[in-house]
Amino acid sequence: MRPINSKITQIVEETPSIRTFRFDTSLDDAQPGQFVMVWVRGVDEVPMGCSFKNGITVQKVGDATSRLFEMKEGDSVGLRGPFGKGFTLPAKDENILIIAGGVGVAPLGPLADEAASVGAKVTTILGARNASELVFEKRFSEAGGITVTTDDGSAGTCGFVTTVLAEMDVSEYDRICVCGPEIMMFNVLKMLEEKGAHDRAEFSLHRYFKCAIGVCGACCMDHEGLRVCKDGPVLNGSLLLDSEFGNYKRSSSSQRVKV
Amino acid sequence: MVKITGIEFRNPTILASGIMGTTGASLVRMTNSGAGAVVTKSIGPEPKIGHPNPSMVKLDCGFLNAMGLPNPSYADFVNEIKIAKEGADVPVIASIFGGNAEEFVRVAEGLADAKPDAFELNVSCPHAEGYGATIGTDSCMVEAITAAVCDAVDVPVWVKLTPNVTDIKSIGKAAENGGAAAVVAINTLRGMAIDINSGYPILGNRFGGLSGSAVKPVAIKCVYDLYEALDIPVIGVGGVSSWEDAVEMIMAGASAVQIGSAVHEGVEVFADIATGIEQFLQNNGYAGVEDITGLAHEVI
Ligand SMILES: Cc1cc2nc3c(=O)[nH]c(=O)nc-3n(C[C@H](O)[C@H](O)[C@H](O)COP(=O)(O)OP(=O)(O)OC[C@H]3O[C@@H](n4cnc5c(N)ncnc54)[C@H](O)[C@@H]3O)c2cc1C
Ligand SMILES: Cc1cc2nc3c(=O)[nH]c(=O)nc-3n(C[C@H](O)[C@H](O)[C@H](O)COP(=O)(O)O)c2cc1C
Ligand code: FES
Repeated sequence: MRPINSKITQIVEETPSIRTFRFDTSLDDAQPGQFVMVWVRGVDEVPMGCSFKNGITVQKVGDATSRLFEMKEGDSVGLRGPFGKGFTLPAKDENILIIAGGVGVAPLGPLADEAASVGAKVTTILGARNASELVFEKRFSEAGGITVTTDDGSAGTCGFVTTVLAEMDVSEYDRICVCGPEIMMFNVLKMLEEKGAHDRAEFSLHRYFKCAIGVCGACCMDHEGLRVCKDGPVLNGSLLLDSEFGNYKRSSSSQRVKV
Repeated sequence: MVKITGIEFRNPTILASGIMGTTGASLVRMTNSGAGAVVTKSIGPEPKIGHPNPSMVKLDCGFLNAMGLPNPSYADFVNEIKIAKEGADVPVIASIFGGNAEEFVRVAEGLADAKPDAFELNVSCPHAEGYGATIGTDSCMVEAITAAVCDAVDVPVWVKLTPNVTDIKSIGKAAENGGAAAVVAINTLRGMAIDINSGYPILGNRFGGLSGSAVKPVAIKCVYDLYEALDIPVIGVGGVSSWEDAVEMIMAGASAVQIGSAVHEGVEVFADIATGIEQFLQNNGYAGVEDITGLAHEVI
């Protein structure tokens, strides 16, 4: 598909470095955890989780995201998607735990909304560096219970999401859905493995995408050759245990780099 | 079983270069999906990040891509070929590129340690300045580079040709004269798409290469012409996504087919096509792929 010309209709400043962009394009068939390729014309095209059917939530880190942060309502980008496989959709009366760190909230926001709307029970552990970096706190609390953690203790529990998880009985959850920095996700996976719950956990991964449609192989992970763009970005914890996850990934030239 | 240039293949379907070929693990996955052999991503002398995105788009008729030969360099890739060789029970062919004969030889010698079953020379990528088709449109350079690599390695050398020339036969001849054991045809056709809302060319590199169904008739004609002109085998590639496409390509003159873009529909494509070809041969009383290779030349 060609990029759909999408006009920015609203920009919400979530934190000093994270903004939500809403578009006049709504990808109604987007499932929680799927992503779009965002074409910032003349700069780059980068993957972003759908934080809304018509929106993305972006952290400013480099060229494309900086250009996006210069844009105003009324400006436009190209959108292709939705692509990839998202989270397993919750059923009524299921009990799900959401673990989100930093901008990892983006694909989990719609999951929380969807879960609550079908009558699943949602509990969220939301982590951020400090109180001003918390995103979607209200959204997650409207979907169910929430525990906030901050690295500096400026809000909620002082520590990481794993500080809270360590104290929890995870046996009561049908599924645990995770997105955040890879080291955080890796620590969560190790903890869930100890508790025997890794095969009930799903992680939304980040690798370098070129084609984003499962052809080029740039995003492949060792040792199964799983394509993060097409077989993922959401992958079951059992697939990640004996993989490169938490150890190394590939750069834009496909060289191995430490996570 | 199919034997080409002295190498035995489990079946006549081969993973094309640049598709799921950047890591050893993904190459192994393709062999587990049924590919009779696999070709790596084209590897060059230095690490290369390639062109900015968008680097691939699906159009109504096919795919456009301008990856820009991203690769980790031969020094890093040796290890990936070793992983592929250990995990795959089919031949692993190393695709290589360079800006001149010396660079091609350096990359081939660098990868020889990992013992690929053959080398495929990419003198056909249509969108990498100084590489690929820049060389592959010049028959003297194709002959010189082929001869230099053949001298440097002791496994068969295949040469992958570009369709973006007036006369593909003369380039094929040059490869044959240089000592190539086979030619592979075709790489992508130069193409472009423009976003009418903004006027921007869609690909980060502005233009790129067309692949998929749209190029099949072009590929069939190139294979047909090369089969007639050359004594060495022709390996067909371009727009094959079903066993019928593969049989058509073989009847044009191909000894085997490579499959690229069709992996988009699913990695099972290799097993599906290999089984389809086998069924077709059986149903029609043919003993093997050799029986129908170039059939289209004989019936008239
Ligand atoms: C499936 C998926 C979903 C994502 N969802 C979000 C999201 O919802 N919100 C968000 O803020 N970020 C998200 N990201 C990360 C986001 O894609 C990168 O931060 C963004 O590409 C940075 O682009 P840049 O040009 O500003 O930075 P650059 O200066 O180009 O690079 C900075 C870093 O961004 C990453 N990056 C750059 N280009 C790509 C690419 N083509 N593919 C993957 N990573 C790249 C690399 O890690 C790189 O080191 C997601 C990534 C993936 C793979
Ligand atoms: C994303 C992509 C990357 C490619 N990279 C290479 C490459 O590195 N080397 C090469 O010789 N051909 C490369 N090709 C060309 C393919 O190997 C093949 O010749 C072409 O796509 C036509 O076959 P198809 O229609 O089956 O895809 C690439 C093609 C695509 C789509
Ligand atoms: S980015 Fe090309 S296969 Fe995933």
